[in-house]
Amino acid sequence: MSNASVISISNVSKIYNPGQDSRVAALEDINLEIHGGEFISLIGPSGCGKSTLLRLIGDLIAPSVGTLLVNGKPAPQARRDRDYGMVFQQATLYDWRSVSKNVQLPLEVMGYSRAKRETRTAEMLKLVQLEEFGKHYPWQLSGGMQQRVAIARALAFEPSILLMDEPFGALDEMTRERMQMEVLRIWGATKTTVVFVTHSIPEAVFLSTRVVVMSARPGRLTRIIDVDLPQPRGFETREQPRFFEKITEVREALRREEVRGGATS
Amino acid sequence: MSQATATTTRRGKQLREQLRRYIPAAIVFVLALLVWEMVVTVFRIETFLLPKPSRIAAVFVQEAPIAFRASLFTMRNAVGGFLIGSVLGMLVALATARWTVISEGMMPLAIAINATPIVALAPIMNQWFGVLDPLSKMSIVAVMVFFPVMINMVRGLTLVEGNTLELMRSYAASEIEILSKVRLPNALPFLFGAFKISSTLSIIGAIVSEYFGGLGPQDALGAYISQQASDFHFTQAWVAIIVACLAGILFYGLILLVERLVMPWHVSLRATEY
Repeated sequence: MSNASVISISNVSKIYNPGQDSRVAALEDINLEIHGGEFISLIGPSGCGKSTLLRLIGDLIAPSVGTLLVNGKPAPQARRDRDYGMVFQQATLYDWRSVSKNVQLPLEVMGYSRAKRETRTAEMLKLVQLEEFGKHYPWQLSGGMQQRVAIARALAFEPSILLMDEPFGALDEMTRERMQMEVLRIWGATKTTVVFVTHSIPEAVFLSTRVVVMSARPGRLTRIIDVDLPQPRGFETREQPRFFEKITEVREALRREEVRGGATS
Repeated sequence: MSQATATTTRRGKQLREQLRRYIPAAIVFVLALLVWEMVVTVFRIETFLLPKPSRIAAVFVQEAPIAFRASLFTMRNAVGGFLIGSVLGMLVALATARWTVISEGMMPLAIAINATPIVALAPIMNQWFGVLDPLSKMSIVAVMVFFPVMINMVRGLTLVEGNTLELMRSYAASEIEILSKVRLPNALPFLFGAFKISSTLSIIGAIVSEYFGGLGPQDALGAYISQQASDFHFTQAWVAIIVACLAGILFYGLILLVERLVMPWHVSLRATEY
């Protein structure tokens, strides 16, 4: 974790509909440094702006105030340089494309040669263990498999940063735990920096090197918790006392915010 | 070897099951004909009001060559008009989806065109293009087809999931790439929905325009119907109706076939097994 800062967020605020009655201060004065190879989870109550923060990092929306540097460049430049892979809660696969054609889509946009596209796609499907499903269509796959295709697609062009917005939120608990193992394995294999939005405390603790706790109205960073559980993590990680201590720590940080918010409003 | 036999028996089973699905429809069809025949006989309904199916069948055999020849011209008018209307509808939809200004300007006009009674339009088109020019018939069909194609295409181009567009943005994709890789494929199911409606609409449009065509009875179904009706040959008119139905079904089936080839991935076409 001694790597240089990959994402540098300073004094960033986001206000929706400024100057109108519907004005919402989604994020207020966010400062955060994320280093290369880190796995960061953003956690907080709904409306705390965690998805907004993710979208700001990915330059899907622009900040109202403040600066966002990614790999030393402004976020829009990083987006144009294809530094981001994105995964959403819904797999958002293209129905009209087979699994391998789905993985190829970003490569087509980025002008990879056909041969390069095919080798990359084969590698990616192997990485997410779906080699045999290249010719299938998305609707022929289960939810967990679809999400693995989405991850393969996001990583196909070797982005240095993977942005994941509640990627396992729509999956059942067992699939979810398997997917968490999968994403850790992929993270270990690719050395990608991951920013992961979730509302599950165990998920955040299990996956992350640091958990960023946020509060709502306006969205703020309230605490950053280092998760010093040994790497690589596996099924036994979930049974360590340290895992439960960290879960308690995150839960209390979230609850403190709730109590504080309740007292002021 | 044994696997091959298994496949053939499975295919045979599938075929039998498909045939079984048509049995209710066939029964209803035959029953309807029987009831029709009985009602006309029992109540002694005059032939010019409603001929018996058996009589229609007899006249059909005799008139079929003329009616089918006429239907060829009707099909030409319908398909020609369908193509013109569809291409125009798609072009306007593309422009509309790209520049909202065009949408705001075009919509009232498009709605007005759609609201025009084609019966009133048919004689006007005959004046514009000349009765003998097939364009006078095709233009009527085109007017009918234009609106459903345009409206559905616009919906297909614009109703794209937000996350899908965000993904394309994260790839730094250009507008053209978003159009060709996301919006157009997304529009296909909508477009085929419109084509299916339009296929039968265009047969109707062609016949209505031919009705005012003033051509000889051999030249097109609409003219044939108009001629036979004015001669009180109502059974012949019924024959023409049947032929028109067949033409409509043929056109519709053709669109279904193309749809199957173009987008085998779509929900409506998914096989239950794979």
